[in-house]
Amino acid sequence: MSEQIKKNDGTFMDRVRDMVRSFGLPRMIIAVFLLVLFIAAPFVGADFWTQVTNLFNRFSWNAVLVLAMVPMVHSGCGLNFGLPLGIISGLLGATLSIEFGFTGFPSFVMAVLIATPFALIFGVGYGWLLNKIKGGEMMIATYVGFSSVSFMCMMWLLLPYHKPDMVWGLAGKGLRTTISLEGYFAGVLSNFMQIQIGKLVIPTGALLVFALLAFLMWAFLHTKTGTAMTAVGSNPTFARAAGINIDKVRMLSVVMSTWLAAVGILMYEQGFGFIQLYMAPFNMALPAVSAILIGGASVNKASVANVIIGTILFQGIVTMTPTVMNSMIHMDISEVIRIIVSNGMILYALTRKTEATR
Amino acid sequence: MSTPLLELKNIKKDFFGNQVLTDINLTLNEGEVLGLVGENGAGKSTLMKILFGMNVIRDTGGYGGDIILNGQKVSFASPFDALAAGIGMVHQEFSLIPGFTATENILLNREPQKKSVIAEVFGPRLNTLDRPAMREAADRAIDKMGVHIDGNMVINDMPVGHKQFTEIARELSKEQLKLLILDEPTAVLTEREASALLDSIRGMSERGIAVIFITHRLQEILDVCHKVVVMRDGELVKDVAAKDTNVTEITRWMVGRSVDAAASAEHRAPPETETVMSIRRLWVDMPGETVRDVNLDVRRGEILGIGGLAGQGKLGIPNGVMGLYQAGGTVTFDGQQIPLNAPRKCLDSQLAFVSEDRRGVGLLLDESLEWNIAFPAMQIQDKFLKPLLGGMIKWRDEKAIAEVTKRYIDELQIRCTSSKQNAKELSGGNQQKICLAKAFALEPKFLFVSEPTRGIDVGAKALVLEALKKFNRESGVTIVMISSELEELRQVCDRIAIVSGGRIAGILPATDSSEDFGALMVSQVV
Repeated sequence: MSEQIKKNDGTFMDRVRDMVRSFGLPRMIIAVFLLVLFIAAPFVGADFWTQVTNLFNRFSWNAVLVLAMVPMVHSGCGLNFGLPLGIISGLLGATLSIEFGFTGFPSFVMAVLIATPFALIFGVGYGWLLNKIKGGEMMIATYVGFSSVSFMCMMWLLLPYHKPDMVWGLAGKGLRTTISLEGYFAGVLSNFMQIQIGKLVIPTGALLVFALLAFLMWAFLHTKTGTAMTAVGSNPTFARAAGINIDKVRMLSVVMSTWLAAVGILMYEQGFGFIQLYMAPFNMALPAVSAILIGGASVNKASVANVIIGTILFQGIVTMTPTVMNSMIHMDISEVIRIIVSNGMILYALTRKTEATR
Repeated sequence: MSTPLLELKNIKKDFFGNQVLTDINLTLNEGEVLGLVGENGAGKSTLMKILFGMNVIRDTGGYGGDIILNGQKVSFASPFDALAAGIGMVHQEFSLIPGFTATENILLNREPQKKSVIAEVFGPRLNTLDRPAMREAADRAIDKMGVHIDGNMVINDMPVGHKQFTEIARELSKEQLKLLILDEPTAVLTEREASALLDSIRGMSERGIAVIFITHRLQEILDVCHKVVVMRDGELVKDVAAKDTNVTEITRWMVGRSVDAAASAEHRAPPETETVMSIRRLWVDMPGETVRDVNLDVRRGEILGIGGLAGQGKLGIPNGVMGLYQAGGTVTFDGQQIPLNAPRKCLDSQLAFVSEDRRGVGLLLDESLEWNIAFPAMQIQDKFLKPLLGGMIKWRDEKAIAEVTKRYIDELQIRCTSSKQNAKELSGGNQQKICLAKAFALEPKFLFVSEPTRGIDVGAKALVLEALKKFNRESGVTIVMISSELEELRQVCDRIAIVSGGRIAGILPATDSSEDFGALMVSQVV
């Protein structure tokens, strides 16, 4: 009898082990931790459905930024630490759209349209640079991000913006650090077809837009060009021997990534309700990089599933931990905890980086 | 009779229930040279890993049976224990530090040291290196091999052969060395280097060092070994004195069947057709395989072999024509000039190339077999694609890809678990078949095949050569095959061009005697 039980145990353990192996132990642990936080939330006085809503919102803000990682990972350019460059294109689009007097939903569409040429131009320059320094992409990308942010810090002050909603009140020129989007495109996607059940609010429109972009990415990776991109990332010499212009494919991936970052920051702003300028883009790349790594991507393999899982896990932990901890100890240290948790997650994610076989 | 140096008794090993070694018994005396042969996957490497105490063995549940060294039972917890007990091993892959000189590599972490004042205070880690003594020790080790290597040469600048010798010298420089394991040391060597290596093995044996020598080149075994041990499917099938056997016999034991049928070449008269490709004044800047001035005409429908010693430039020819290395000169194919340094242009003219660098150029190691086989055809000829939205979008046709992959898996007898398996999980021979399938799927008019049998076992070799021959006969494809093994070229090719010193030294029909080819090979060596 006891043997029988042992045997069952064995097969059960085997099954668990298989599951863990396919899903990845670290992700399993993070998922379980997140689950524990959700269960614990009501007991320490944080409302469960508010928390779920929070996670939905966070997901819809950040998912496109994480999706922007995918093309460059596929083409072997590594993780796009130069995300701020694309974000700046998005910010230019947003501020110009407002400056030109668009409001409501059209202001969002115009922001995307205006951001696009900037993203293309910046992307081409950035791609050209990355093609010059193959092998050291991620380090260079980081500094492309840093320097572009610093450069734009000057430009935000100097560019001739005049819209009273955006410029400093006393001087009448130079953009403010934070610009409210009330009356412009705050929530234009999130509120579209919004579903509200009790305290649970689902930002349907924003999720649909992400779904559309994710679908397009998935579809792109199934086309001839997408296949070539994956092959370039997997083994550039193989791709070259198969007649592929590696530099062109890499350039395309960088442009795609930069454009997605531009759209991503607009998605973020419409959910958040504010445009943040100056040093704000500085802190956007690492959470996105971490999310996709936690989602199970490696330095040259990433899928749309990695994006979704990673964003949920990363944003879930980052939002839930401070709330639950706060309610537990009745002291407002949420900002401290948030910083510790999010940077801890980033640190952890970067240690998960795996490379391809050569 | 004295106690043997090494005795293996009933060695068993399984990987998660998969028996890879069964009851291996083996004895080895001091100064004896033992040749270990067997097809890929016969268990040679696993046996050597057990002997050398590699971590993999311990991590996968250890082994059964006893290892007796000098009459004492031993069990090595790590390679360090094995090294301390006097066992040295030279692996297939080099483990050298590229930016260090030969001397530094040979004596790494065992350097003779000079005491200094600082070291007196802070301990021996701050001793300085005694460079002259290092030179001397390294030279002593190099002398033991009976070849000349410059101890000051940086590994990066060395030809492969010298790297191999540096590895061996490192083992020889250890004074306690009693047993040296050489895992396919000659695979990357030229014939001259290989024979120098064999000489040095004889020298070691005279000095009382026992050697276990693993190789696919059976003649070398007969030349240098005292006894031959043949393994097949994890079992030791034969243990005989080398002087009592011959190559055919060993081959038969290895594969368990007769391979003579495949080896006996039915030669047809070389086709007297028009020239399909003519190469004029070709130079190629490929490191280690420089092509200086090649003029060559390839006839339609033939199999042309290109042979020659390593480093003479035979590999540079296909790599240059296909645009993978910087090249100059003119190449005309089917009456049209092919621009050099533009891989895409060659591929568009229906030329295909199976590279000698399987892992580097030939395969997407992290992708499925389906991708590996279908990728070039998809990118170059728009095969395996479904046009969507009136051709605006070219969608990958997974079904067609799976089908073509299955067909080649059957046709070339590729051993794999499924067509979705990753290429890196296959053995060398099967990877080579994938490379061929990739080229066949392009349905080229002209095919360059570079070193198609390097590093693969006898069985797979016969299959690969047969597949090439069949492809040529049935589809009428012109094939240029580059190989270091003359015998193999003579089996398959109609004519053989010999490259020497970056030039074509001569073209002979495959039926000419090996002496004639040999003379050409060394005619213009630089």
